[in-house]
Parts: sequence; C-alpha cells; structure tokens
Amino acid sequence: MSRESFDRELRVLQDHLLDLGKMVERAILKSVEALKTKDTEEARRLMAADYDINRRRYAIESETMVLIACQQPMAVDLRTLASVLEIATELERIADYAKGIAKLTLQLENKTFIKPLVDIPRMAQKAAGMLHDSLVSFTNRDVEMARAIASRDGEVDDLYRQIYQELMTYVIADPNNMEGASHLTWVAHNLERTADRVVNICERVIFTVTGELSDLEEGMA
Amino acid sequence: MVEPKIRIEGVSYFYGDFQALDDISMDIPPNSVTVFFGPASGGKTTMLRLINRLNDIVEGTRMSGSILINGKNIYDPDINLAELRRRVGMVFALPLPLPGTIRENVVYGLKLAGIVDRNRTDEVLERSLDQAAIWEEVKDRLDSPANALSGGQQQRLCIARSLALEPEVLLLDEPTSGLDPISTRKVEESLHELKKLYTIIIVPHSIQQAARVADQAAFFLMGKLIEYRPGTEIFTRPREKRTEDYITGRFG
Repeated sequence: MSRESFDRELRVLQDHLLDLGKMVERAILKSVEALKTKDTEEARRLMAADYDINRRRYAIESETMVLIACQQPMAVDLRTLASVLEIATELERIADYAKGIAKLTLQLENKTFIKPLVDIPRMAQKAAGMLHDSLVSFTNRDVEMARAIASRDGEVDDLYRQIYQELMTYVIADPNNMEGASHLTWVAHNLERTADRVVNICERVIFTVTGELSDLEEGMA
Repeated sequence: MVEPKIRIEGVSYFYGDFQALDDISMDIPPNSVTVFFGPASGGKTTMLRLINRLNDIVEGTRMSGSILINGKNIYDPDINLAELRRRVGMVFALPLPLPGTIRENVVYGLKLAGIVDRNRTDEVLERSLDQAAIWEEVKDRLDSPANALSGGQQQRLCIARSLALEPEVLLLDEPTSGLDPISTRKVEESLHELKKLYTIIIVPHSIQQAARVADQAAFFLMGKLIEYRPGTEIFTRPREKRTEDYITGRFG
C-alpha cells in the first residue's frame, strides 16, 4: 500500500473513532437527561445502544490490527494506531458509565429525588464537553489543547466532592435518604470517572504527537 | 559508559567529486547490533565498507577522518590489511559460497591461515555453523556441495565462514535481501545470539528488519548521519523530522 492509501485508511479509522466519540458523548448527556426526567423508556434505549457502541469499538480494534499487520507502521503512525486502540477503549468504558446511569434511572423510577438535580447535569455537561474537546484535540493533534482540557478535570472533581458532601448531609438529617443519596452518588461517581477517562484520552493525544507518555492527573495533583 | 568497540571520527569520503560521507562521527558499542539505514545513496554501505577498508581498491576516492577499532586507527600505515579483515568479517547481500563442500567453505579461511589440524577444524566447523544457526540443517551432509543449499542456507553458510575466523566485528550488507521470510527470521535470530560474542553492524534490507534487530540505529541521508539512537526509540519516536518522514514512508 502506498503512503497515500495508508493516509486514507488512517483518516477512515480516525473518522470511525470520532463517530464512536460522538455516540458516547450523546450517551452521557442523554443518560443524565433521562435520569432528570425519569424517562425510563429512554434509559432502556440507552442500555440497548451500549451494545452498538461495544460493537463499534471492536470494529475499530480490528481495523487497527489490520493496519498494523499490513503497514507495519513506525514512529508517528505507530503511535497514532496505539492511541486509537487506547482511546477506543476509554470511549467504551465511558459508554459503560452512561449505561450505569441509565440502569440507576430504572431503579429510581418510582422514587422522588431527595434533592433537585442541578449539579449532576452540570457535571454531565462539563464531562461531555471535555470528551468532545478531547477528540477535537486528537483530530488536530493539539497538545496545548489536550493539556488545557485535562486541567478542567479539577472542576468536575470539585463538583463531585460538593455533591457528595451535600448528599451526605441529607443522609445525616434523615437516614431514610440513604438509598436515594447512594444512587445519586453513583451517578456523580460515574461522571467523575468519565472526566478521568477523558484525561487519559488527552494523555494519548500528547503521546501521539510527542511520543512522551505523561500522567496528566499526577501533574495536577 | 562502555568503551566503544569502534569509534568513527569525522569521516568524510569522496568518490571523485561526489561526497558520499560528510563528517561522520559515532561510537559503536561492543556486543550489540548496530544498524545503518536510510535511502539509497545515503552513505550507509560506504560507511560499512570503510570499516574493513574494502574501499581501498576503489580508484579516485579519498577519505578523511579516522576509524578506530579497540582504540587503534585502522587507516594507520602499520595496519596489516589481511589481519584487519580477519578481525572484521563481512557478509554481502548475495550469498557467495565457494565452489566445494560445506566443510570446505567454512574451513577455507582457516586453511589459508595455516590451520589444518582436523580436530581443530572440525571444532571450528561445528561452532561456526552452530552460531550461524545452520548446524542442525547440514550436520549430516557436511561433504555435500555448498551450492546445493537453499539461498537462506547459503547465506547462513557465508556467515559461518566469516565466523570461522573468529572476527571481533561482523559487517553485514543486506544479508537477507534475497531470502524468504523464514530464512530471514533465522538469520535475524542468529544475530541475537552472535552479538553476545561479536560486535555486529548491519545494513538491513528494510526498516522493519532494522527495527527488529537494532540495539542502536543510525539514519544516513545524503552522506550525513542524521540521527543515531537506541532502536527502541528511533523507530517509535525519532527526534528528527527527516528520520520520521523516512521511516513512515513519506520519502525514500
């Protein structure tokens, strides 16, 4: 295969990764929207859609393997393909968090929230925004952008801590709030983990461009 | 830091007006595989040939700089060429077995050196063929004609012939370019064993081979040494854009 056709194949692979990224971003936002509106039908749809996401991730993995075997890539090409594999895995895990939120929505179906959902949707917006931007930074191979996105993880962490503490005060005030608080804590936890995984994606963007593997979370701690 | 086996210092080389090498300096560590790679006419083969003074007989050429093996300049006037080439073996792209049997091919150099004792030559024969990863395939037909061997076997026989003289340095110029993948793998595997005993420099026939065998790799482009670093780094994250462009197939 010539360099031109290899480049074409790489672009196709990257497009597939971006498509997967869009699906996952939507899944996160919709899962929290379904929770907020207690839309169990949508929650079930989201759980079913996770199979499709998994299938796409396997397809990306297999396309990447074929390119590695046929092209025996080196240097930036090799790093790109290694990153695609890694990012696809991160995306699939994020989709699992969305699925987890959908599952919790079903469990909360007949219960009233112990508090209005304000911060959780904000967290979802932030985490999904980070995810979106991380894939833009991958497309543009933009190291500075990747670093800036990773630094936004702190905002999501702060919101998580705030939500957790708030929910605990509800439990302390009335132990009957335990179950409802626990469910919402899980939702917030899933969103916090989503942002962490986006940081991993940002690390892969930097690796793709520079060849350096840096722990961005460690850098910010 | 290990003392370099070979030290190349400011080597420039001209074929007439054409400058094939431009101020090359590098240290080659012992007991390792060093790869010279790059596009055609980049200087890698010339550099290799200069290490056992194979270019001495090429007319209209001139060289400046020095090449030291074990700290001694091999271009000093008191160097014995035959002795140098015994210490620095070379294997070429096309296997060139001598007319005669497998045994005769391997012990040829020993006979030239006056070693004819059968016990000694038998010992060297087995050791050399074993080191070149071909002993098992030929041990029952040592007195068959060498040219009846397959191409891959002939090439490993040629490596064995070089090893019989117990060289310190082994130079390999695209030793697997005419071989099938299995024979190629066997030659590459043998390099991993041979480097325990010898210092090996190879001009590989592909970048993939370079990556498979290199402990360190030197990228030559238009007579210049562009980048020289451990193989694990240069093929995954080269520092120079020109290296990156070459190994990802953007030119060359």
